[in-house]
Amino acid sequence: MTGATSYLGHGTTLKSWLLTKDHKRIGVMFLIATTIALLVGGVFALLLRTEHLTPEPTLVGPHGYNRLFTLHGVIMVWFFMIPAIPSGFGNFLVPLQIGAHDVAFPRLNLASFYIYLLGAFVLLGGLFYGGADTGWTFYVPYSAETPTAVVPLLLGVFILGWSSIITGLNLIVTMHTMRAKGLRWMQMPLFSWAIYGTSVIQVLATPVLGMVLLLVTLEHTLEWGIFDPRHGGDPILYQHLFWFYSHPAVYIMVLPALGVISEVVCAFTRKNPLSYRALVWSTLGIAFFSFLTWGHHMFTSGMSVFASGTFGVLSMFVAIFSAIKVFTWTGTMYRGSVSLKTPLLYVLAFIFLFVFGGMTGVAVATTSLDVHWHDTYFVVAHFHFIMVGGVTTAFLAALHYWWPKLTGRMYPEGWAMVAAVLVFLGFNLAFVPQFLMGNAGMPRRYYFYPEEMQALHVLATGGAWMLGLAFVAVLIYLLWSLRTGARASANPWHSASFEWRTPSPPPHYNFDGTPRFERGAYDYTRVEPPDRPVSLP
Amino acid sequence: MTMEATRSHDEHFESLERQVAATRLGMWIFLVSEVLLFAALFTLYATYRADWPRAFEEAVGHNPILIGTVNTAVLIVASFTVAMGLHHLQHGRSRTAVAFTVATVGLALLFLGIKGYEYSIHVTEGILPGGKGRFFETHAVSDGFAAFFTLYYVTTGLHGIHVTVGAAVLAALAIGIHRGRIHAERSHPLELGALYWHLVDCIWIFLWPLYYLLGTHR
Repeated sequence: MTGATSYLGHGTTLKSWLLTKDHKRIGVMFLIATTIALLVGGVFALLLRTEHLTPEPTLVGPHGYNRLFTLHGVIMVWFFMIPAIPSGFGNFLVPLQIGAHDVAFPRLNLASFYIYLLGAFVLLGGLFYGGADTGWTFYVPYSAETPTAVVPLLLGVFILGWSSIITGLNLIVTMHTMRAKGLRWMQMPLFSWAIYGTSVIQVLATPVLGMVLLLVTLEHTLEWGIFDPRHGGDPILYQHLFWFYSHPAVYIMVLPALGVISEVVCAFTRKNPLSYRALVWSTLGIAFFSFLTWGHHMFTSGMSVFASGTFGVLSMFVAIFSAIKVFTWTGTMYRGSVSLKTPLLYVLAFIFLFVFGGMTGVAVATTSLDVHWHDTYFVVAHFHFIMVGGVTTAFLAALHYWWPKLTGRMYPEGWAMVAAVLVFLGFNLAFVPQFLMGNAGMPRRYYFYPEEMQALHVLATGGAWMLGLAFVAVLIYLLWSLRTGARASANPWHSASFEWRTPSPPPHYNFDGTPRFERGAYDYTRVEPPDRPVSLP
Repeated sequence: MTMEATRSHDEHFESLERQVAATRLGMWIFLVSEVLLFAALFTLYATYRADWPRAFEEAVGHNPILIGTVNTAVLIVASFTVAMGLHHLQHGRSRTAVAFTVATVGLALLFLGIKGYEYSIHVTEGILPGGKGRFFETHAVSDGFAAFFTLYYVTTGLHGIHVTVGAAVLAALAIGIHRGRIHAERSHPLELGALYWHLVDCIWIFLWPLYYLLGTHR
């Protein structure tokens, strides 16, 4: 039962949380921290969108605007998108899914959280001095010369990179060495596989980012001219090194989301995946190919046509794996026993938005088209379709699906559905106009714009506010449910996946002894269905 | 030192064997991430060498090849001593293991001392990172020469930080062996420290030709 014996009740002092080695508590702390980051990054988004209500100055001046989009990007990318699902849900769920008592290195896990906080603290220091105006991409030469507080941002992200590497290392070793006896690799739940692929990318790509940001810091503070042509340097080399990380980074953000979708699709249609192997191998395929595509961010940098073409083709390759997943999910849902609860609602939104985001990704991967769209709102819309329409939607699905497991409470289904619809509508209102204005030539990161664009900007701003308010609504009812939500049983969704074999919330030590794995994670023939026929609330 | 203490492992692991296997895998993954860290710097070298082939040749020639080679020998011997330390530890000869580990730390400090001396030579003649310093004002060298030395300082500096960390880790391990916490039945901490140390040596083996050998020395 819940209460004093759950991981939440195992020690109630502040110290028992701050010095915990329990992966579940660390996961929860990461979720709290990354949610705060989402809200802060969201505030910056609303400010810059409000600025764009009129073509003239509205809220801030042009320098202020530059800082707003920089801080929005830096906070969203590194303080929310990268860590939220892997360090939040990954930490909490992977040991439960594989029958382990904790991750391989619990103290290192706690350290990764404090490193995240240290990075956040350094960034806050930068915020205090007005932030930076370079964009989250920190391109040289401007990032080496800007008078703004770019160094705390660079260092904050550098520090955060280590948190990311440690999380990845920890979860890889956990899955290799702590799977319970009898659980083979090709029986592991799909969310854990997704975290595995993500962790490999984190370990391999993040050090390159760390190095390049360190070099820019040296260039800015000591004027070492590493990328400065006046001292023999090459600013395009910066772009190569930056994107060598930052492209795989988007898959650090996406792969965990895809893992969540796999879990929710199976649980809410009570079906095993159409092809478990396809979902596993496509995850690994995405992880591998993600390292070969970075040049598509640099089509207009002066690269040769041959190189551009190669990067373009390789980028489209990745789309094949994503498509395999989408077809597998839809094939899984076909003739399933559908339970249209909020998590599945988010999944449906995800599939729609991810497909459109993905198709526009293939479009911008075509050099001849990207030449027109590069650095316009078309690209901004593309990546927000994936990052918000895809990853954040999946994050919300995960939050709702696993809320009973984390907290022992059910969220209010009616409110949650309304909020989910608002999220979907707000998102579309915010970002579909951005495809249109980008295609019409509206550049990104521009403070002024021609009057003809105003209508689309107003729509986008309206949508952004709707989206923001929907997020706040979600936060409110989730927090409210902690006090007044119905108490959850061990497996309120009657899911077959392994984490549901523990109480909600789980006890401190996860399992008594070692759990046995005598059936697959998606074998619904061996799992009791819900008592009454499922219907909309 | 009871038998229970020698067999103890962390609670969340099923056995000491599992824990050792996990920490070994963890160290290898960490080493791979370190390789990627230096890979960025090697990429910079390759790019700038391709841009400035003559300047790089000349700049490499300007680096003291004797000092670089002595340092290479120091690190190779240090890898040997740490391997010997592990060998003796695993055969129960803890005192000998401590001696070899301390010798490794000593060689690490010798490496750092020689490196510091080498840096002082460059600083005295006025070669600083970023093309700064008297040398660049009095000699007509191309931008590639400046780029080489900036990379030289950054790469050997980062490597030097890794040597320092390695020395500290090995010193702590020597103390651990001396106090009996690390011994023949629980030798993996030294094994992991030695792995890290070997990587530091390996990285230097790549630095040595790029920064000391591939040039025209007069």
